[in-house]
Amino acid sequence: MKLDTAKVLQKRKKQILELWMKNQLVDFSLREDLMSNDELAVQSEELVNVLLQTLDNGNIEDVQSPSFEPLYEVLESISLSRAKQGYSPRETGTFVFSLKDALLTTLQLEIKNDPQQLLEESMKVSRLIDSLGIVTFETFIKGREEVILRQTDEIAEISTPVIRVWDGIVAMPIIGTLDSSRTQVVMENLLQEIVLTSSSIAILDISGVPAVDSLVAQHLIKTVSATRLMGAECIISGIRPEIAQTVVHLGIDLSGIVTKATLASALRYAFSLVQLEVRKSNVK
Amino acid sequence: MVVFRNRLKEFAIKIGMGLVNQTKLITAASELSRNMLRYAGGGVVLIEIINGQRQNGLRLTFTDTGPGIPDIKEAMKDGYSTGKSLGLGLPGAKRLVSDFEIQSTVGKGTTITITKWKNG
Repeated sequence: MKLDTAKVLQKRKKQILELWMKNQLVDFSLREDLMSNDELAVQSEELVNVLLQTLDNGNIEDVQSPSFEPLYEVLESISLSRAKQGYSPRETGTFVFSLKDALLTTLQLEIKNDPQQLLEESMKVSRLIDSLGIVTFETFIKGREEVILRQTDEIAEISTPVIRVWDGIVAMPIIGTLDSSRTQVVMENLLQEIVLTSSSIAILDISGVPAVDSLVAQHLIKTVSATRLMGAECIISGIRPEIAQTVVHLGIDLSGIVTKATLASALRYAFSLVQLEVRKSNVK
Repeated sequence: MVVFRNRLKEFAIKIGMGLVNQTKLITAASELSRNMLRYAGGGVVLIEIINGQRQNGLRLTFTDTGPGIPDIKEAMKDGYSTGKSLGLGLPGAKRLVSDFEIQSTVGKGTTITITKWKNG
């Protein structure tokens, strides 16, 4: 007798769902803090529904079949939302793989007398769920990557503020390591701001840069040259004693650039350049 | 790079290295690891704590299986670069540490060992 696995499973949907829920609720990876059991039940039911709807005997052996598209879509959205909610990959993986247990148990009950057929059908179901598991992981990683990308963008945005410290003087504190892409952002923002404010002096503060090696120095020199091309003077401030010694030993020539130890002394120098003077007021 | 630098800093703090020497060592290590990344496409760094000369020190071994350096003498000169950098990486790194050894075979790869004493 040839058995229609898809039909059998569809008939036993309720049982599968119950079994699956039971498996999930006893599993240690259950995260009630992230999702209530009711929500979990809804999610599980959605997945089982779409799985059994798309499943027929024609495609059970072909996991790449286009008829599985809706299933993958549901799975992807579940996986994505779980990634964003902060589930670990193991938890999401367990969620999908625990369905396999439920399906296989159901099959076992249905095909009692024919071990050969049970094995064959079990293999098919197993392969299908494995493929679903892979899709889950792929999407999970994609979801996490999106989070990372968004954070990278945010960091790039907040990390390069240009401050107008005085009329005609802009300052830019650099925090973190200067790599090529950040130098690009720093340079763009700084030059843009110089044009916008028609400033004649720019102060680059590197107090927040952990290490100045030859590449960072090269980037600084490039930024200074670009600023000069715009007709503005560029001062580098925030050079710590240990950085100064390191730069000297490395043999980097920064003598063509005005450098100051602190932002305050850079500002004082900038004031003297534009013939400004800061004085204590005599008014009592 | 950042992870590696922080790791190195932990080690330097562990043996009580001063801030200036820490910065020198980290800068030298950052030059050498950047070279590995840029020219050899990656490599392995071994961090060791060593005893000797009545003080502790850190020894770093950078090993890669990249194209190798054809002319080490030339590469150790200031301002020599096959890329577009300042050409200060290798000679600069040498000046920043206590001891610097380089071995390179064209086509096989490069091994650089640097040592920095706690107060050296």
